[in-house]
Amino acid sequence: MESLNIFIKSIFIDNMIFAYFLGMCSFLAVSKTVKTSAGLGLAVIFVLLVTVPVNFLLNQYILKPGALSWLGEGFKDVDLSFLTFIMFIAVIAAIVQLVEMIVERFAPALYGQLGIFLPLIAVNCAIMGASLFMQSREIPTLGQATCFGIGSGIGWFIAIVLMAAIREKITYSHIPAPLKGVGIAFITCGIMAVAFMSFMGIKL
Amino acid sequence: MAKNKNLELLTNSLNINNPVTVQVLGICSALAVTVQLEPAIVMAISVTFVTALSNLIISLLRNTIPSRIRIIVQLMVVSFLVIVVDQVLKAFMYQLDKQLSVYVGLIITNCIVMGRLEAFALGNKPLPALLDGIGSGAGYGVILIIVAFVRELFGSGKLFGCQVIPDGMYNIGYENCGFMLNPPMALILIGVIIWIQRARNKELQEK
Repeated sequence: MESLNIFIKSIFIDNMIFAYFLGMCSFLAVSKTVKTSAGLGLAVIFVLLVTVPVNFLLNQYILKPGALSWLGEGFKDVDLSFLTFIMFIAVIAAIVQLVEMIVERFAPALYGQLGIFLPLIAVNCAIMGASLFMQSREIPTLGQATCFGIGSGIGWFIAIVLMAAIREKITYSHIPAPLKGVGIAFITCGIMAVAFMSFMGIKL
Repeated sequence: MAKNKNLELLTNSLNINNPVTVQVLGICSALAVTVQLEPAIVMAISVTFVTALSNLIISLLRNTIPSRIRIIVQLMVVSFLVIVVDQVLKAFMYQLDKQLSVYVGLIITNCIVMGRLEAFALGNKPLPALLDGIGSGAGYGVILIIVAFVRELFGSGKLFGCQVIPDGMYNIGYENCGFMLNPPMALILIGVIIWIQRARNKELQEK
């Protein structure tokens, strides 16, 4: 039940884009057509699904204060949490590479769709952000961390596909010249964020 | 002549080559920390520090890094610098560090840092790279501070946490615009800044 709650919450209420602005750069750069943005969205879901649980284990058994106690009494007081950033980013970069190779080997069709986006994802703030949020919110179990990862990914996917659909239409409308392109994209995104605020306060 | 060029590296990013409004980089962390001025300024300084030093280091190393693994090398350099920033903030400004929460860590994946490393530091000498880093960081900081100024002033009637709108105004019916404190307003404000900038500078307009 708790897992489901986290899942729904991370899709709608704590939406990566509209509530925390994570992954905005690629969000604005890629959301020009629905097809490519769906590709990137899928890749993000996929990578979040893998990285968040792995980073959860890393945090639980290596980085947290006292996490090394499984090595013996002497390691009880070791606090490696200052290494968080470097470990998380290394894991993310490595996993993205690995995922790229595995997808290329076993699912060439999928690779054709995701291929160009995968390398970009290593530096997508949404991926790093999800791992850091997982750590700072102290999500207790592996299952819940996985749900949080998938949920955040799906939230990001929904946001970018909606945005791309709106931008496809917007190109045909009359906009003041200085607002064309990025300007109107920001304002549209703001208005969408207002709409997403209505999910706030929902509790399961 | 050479001096002018260096100066340009610093000033261009403040206006016609601004990382946030023109290159559309680094928005991820730009918006979330702008509810108040103080965290925005700290964030601006941290990002400038990281972009400047990482540009310098990568530029010094640029002939020794094999291009196949450059992304990983860059990430390592950047995360090392971010860890330094994070530890300093934790030691001297604990409250603020709590407020910035994950966004300090997210400087690592801030596209400005990676973008400048890829686009500039890998192909230029250390001094111009350092200046370019400072310039980009400052360009980012300016936008951050403008947005934070507007949001704090109209959202809670304060600047740096001190009340600036006199009580008299509230007595005659002025109210804070609570909406300014919500995330969507940061997006809309950046949209408006882009609008103003492009209205004054026609070359930047998109077709």
